[in-house]
Amino acid sequence: MSLKQNLHNLKEKYKGTKMAPAFNAIHTFLYLPNEVTHVGGTHIKAADDLKRTMNIVIMALIPCLLFGMFNAGYQHYAAIDNSLRADVLANFFTFDNLWIGIIKVLPLVIVSYGVGLLVEFIFAVIKGHEVEEGYLVTGMLVPLIVPVDTPLWMLSVAVVFGVVIGKEVFGGTGMNILNPALTIRAFLFFAYPTWMSGDKVWVYDAVERTGTADAISGETILGSYAQNQEVMYSTFDKFMGFIPGSVGETSTFLILIGAAILIFTKIGSWRIILSAFIGAAVMGLIFNQVVAADIITESSKFYGLMNTVWWEHLTIGGLAFGAVFMATDPVTGSQTNKGKWIYGFLIGFISIMIRVFNPAYPEGVFLAILLMNVFAPTIDHYVVQGNVKKRLNRTKVKTA
Amino acid sequence: MSKDIRIKKGLDIKLVGVAEKNTTKSSQSSVYAVKPEDFHGITPKLVAKEGADVKAGDTLFYSKSDERILFPSPVSGKVTEVIRGARRKVLAVKIAADTTQVYKDFGTKDADAMSAEEVKNHLLASGCWPFVKQRPYDVVANPNQAPKAIFISAYASAPLAADLEYTLAGKEVELQAAITAVSKLTEGLVHVSVGANTTSPLANLKGIELHKVSGPHPSGNVGTQIAKLDPINKGEVVWVITPQDLVVIGELLLTGKLNLSRTVALTGSQFSKPAYVTAISGASIADVTANNLNDDNTRIISGNVLSGKEVKADEFLGYYDNQITAIPEGDDYEFFGWNKPIFNKISTSRALTFSWLTPKKKYDLNTNTNGEHRAFVVTGSYEEVFPLDIYPMQLLKAFMYKDLDEMEALGGYEVAPEDFALTEFVCVSKQPHQKIIREGLDLMREELG
Repeated sequence: MSLKQNLHNLKEKYKGTKMAPAFNAIHTFLYLPNEVTHVGGTHIKAADDLKRTMNIVIMALIPCLLFGMFNAGYQHYAAIDNSLRADVLANFFTFDNLWIGIIKVLPLVIVSYGVGLLVEFIFAVIKGHEVEEGYLVTGMLVPLIVPVDTPLWMLSVAVVFGVVIGKEVFGGTGMNILNPALTIRAFLFFAYPTWMSGDKVWVYDAVERTGTADAISGETILGSYAQNQEVMYSTFDKFMGFIPGSVGETSTFLILIGAAILIFTKIGSWRIILSAFIGAAVMGLIFNQVVAADIITESSKFYGLMNTVWWEHLTIGGLAFGAVFMATDPVTGSQTNKGKWIYGFLIGFISIMIRVFNPAYPEGVFLAILLMNVFAPTIDHYVVQGNVKKRLNRTKVKTA
Repeated sequence: MSKDIRIKKGLDIKLVGVAEKNTTKSSQSSVYAVKPEDFHGITPKLVAKEGADVKAGDTLFYSKSDERILFPSPVSGKVTEVIRGARRKVLAVKIAADTTQVYKDFGTKDADAMSAEEVKNHLLASGCWPFVKQRPYDVVANPNQAPKAIFISAYASAPLAADLEYTLAGKEVELQAAITAVSKLTEGLVHVSVGANTTSPLANLKGIELHKVSGPHPSGNVGTQIAKLDPINKGEVVWVITPQDLVVIGELLLTGKLNLSRTVALTGSQFSKPAYVTAISGASIADVTANNLNDDNTRIISGNVLSGKEVKADEFLGYYDNQITAIPEGDDYEFFGWNKPIFNKISTSRALTFSWLTPKKKYDLNTNTNGEHRAFVVTGSYEEVFPLDIYPMQLLKAFMYKDLDEMEALGGYEVAPEDFALTEFVCVSKQPHQKIIREGLDLMREELG
């Protein structure tokens, strides 16, 4: 008997039992199910399903992951021997760098998926619903938005918290208010702040070596600006991502490629991505004008980030990654096309605002997105009310 | 001044098996059936008893809520069986047809000379009233209400739909008689929509407001046309009649006979020769499709692939349907079907699906759902195929959680299940949109009247 037939027989055997969702999750991963259209609906359906949709997002994230693995090694060795930075291209794609990525980044991916999917399976079995695909993307996003040296136990705790509190208590995929990946990030940020900021966590081994003769460090660009320090990275480095930061968010170039994939496949909303960039640019320009008008001078603690040229904000920190991969989450974002413009704009705008005014933890993107996640239903409400009013007016014109 | 209808949002689903333009007369079936479920929301009260002899046009049952609404026998013969389901619900009334048909004589009428009341009474008495359907709620019209307009869509944009220009050719006289009569039922206009650049037999009728329609499906759906021309507000009613039913009404007026025969398109890849046949409403599917159908693991649909009803070969042609579609069942697994590139299915995304490269290609789609049922996740995809000024996902959700105020405010009066056929087709979460809308409309009708 073929694999297909065997699995079919097993599915029939498990049908109606507690373990059915767990089995089906694996079965449908291998085979598109044999389900046919039901009474009272269309007899044919388009080719896309949620698995395919999620899969595209994962594929768009793969370049960032691979780059992040190389970058983990590169930042480590470059922190030890600064001369490596002289010729980035020659010293970046090396096996030594990749090896650091394999031993540091891959475990983050494995733990994120392992723990997260375990929680999902448990909930599916307890509640008797199918395992939904939302975590496939969350599980890939999480390792990309944490510092490379995040301890694995810490990540596990955060993932459990994020999946249970961020998603399952609301009813699972499609019902959550906050982006689960960002919930996980926020949990880490507030529970273990020393591991989420500073000049050590962004570079592999820097924490271990603290206080020894071999001590190394790697401050993020945002961290440097927040302390009004000069940074040594060129615009090229920043754009291509040869800089310290969370694992997958450094390369604006690859993120834009990911954005192109999402927009081309119509999976990600171009409205949100574009308006987030516009919002960030507007806030950046406002701050630039404030500096130009001499309202803020070099002595101010806000000077470093306010003086950052508006377009440079896009290349540093997590703004691009957040706008492209996190703000576009359809479940937690705005659902109406008009609402998406407002939602995206405010994410960009508030990100830069938090960045500048909160120099202690100079990354505002995830807070901005979480904030707007909460307000997205409100935005949609007013957009939809516009439609409702139009309908009411139509009646009034008639009766008048 | 007529107003043309041009829409951009939508999707033409091109399938294999377009009916060739030649018509054969299907052999007369020995058994016909009228199914009350074809008339949504009607509770039937049986008149014809088992064993009774009926003429074509004799009443089989009437509506419990309004006993003037009669449902006629499509053929003359003997009532052989009343099939009942749970709680003695009438599922079908079967009639064994006589070899020579005898028609009940309703008398010829001059439509011009009839008053509105006479037209209404004549349609009710002759069993033609069920052809008049109403929006909101998409049910047989309530004869006590006055419609603000009557809409007739003579442009079929649904997948593989019968070409009305072809099936109605030469019926101008009947159509004109029917239009003259039904136009008396409304103070408002009789809107007739035809395809742009066509020579539809409806294009030159008198007493109508003609509109030319262009754009992808659902441009031919009457719901789309109502929304573009004269949207329904709270408390308003419009009536809808299909052109093929107008022909029946016209023939009734001109000859006094109720002739329910129509040209039916046999479409879809499972027909060896997709073509047109003439058949009488309620005919047995096996007889209509005889010697043409490959029925090995086939889904037979009375109607089109989006909104039609599944029927078995031993069941019957739907009362309103002018199309039978047969497509392969998709009850098989597909290895890694969720992530491999897809060339042989239609998609509105480009997520490793390539139908956007070949917009003219005809596809042989089967009934596989291409994925499992999920909660609503993806946003923005419905809007691309939904031309009404309504937020489709928000309306669907309101219909699911049954908040009557919201259902009303978001446009519940303006929609019919078929308006949500395309959103259901493209739905990534495989939600049953038309079922949600149908159940919500039933609730609204019950609670809000």
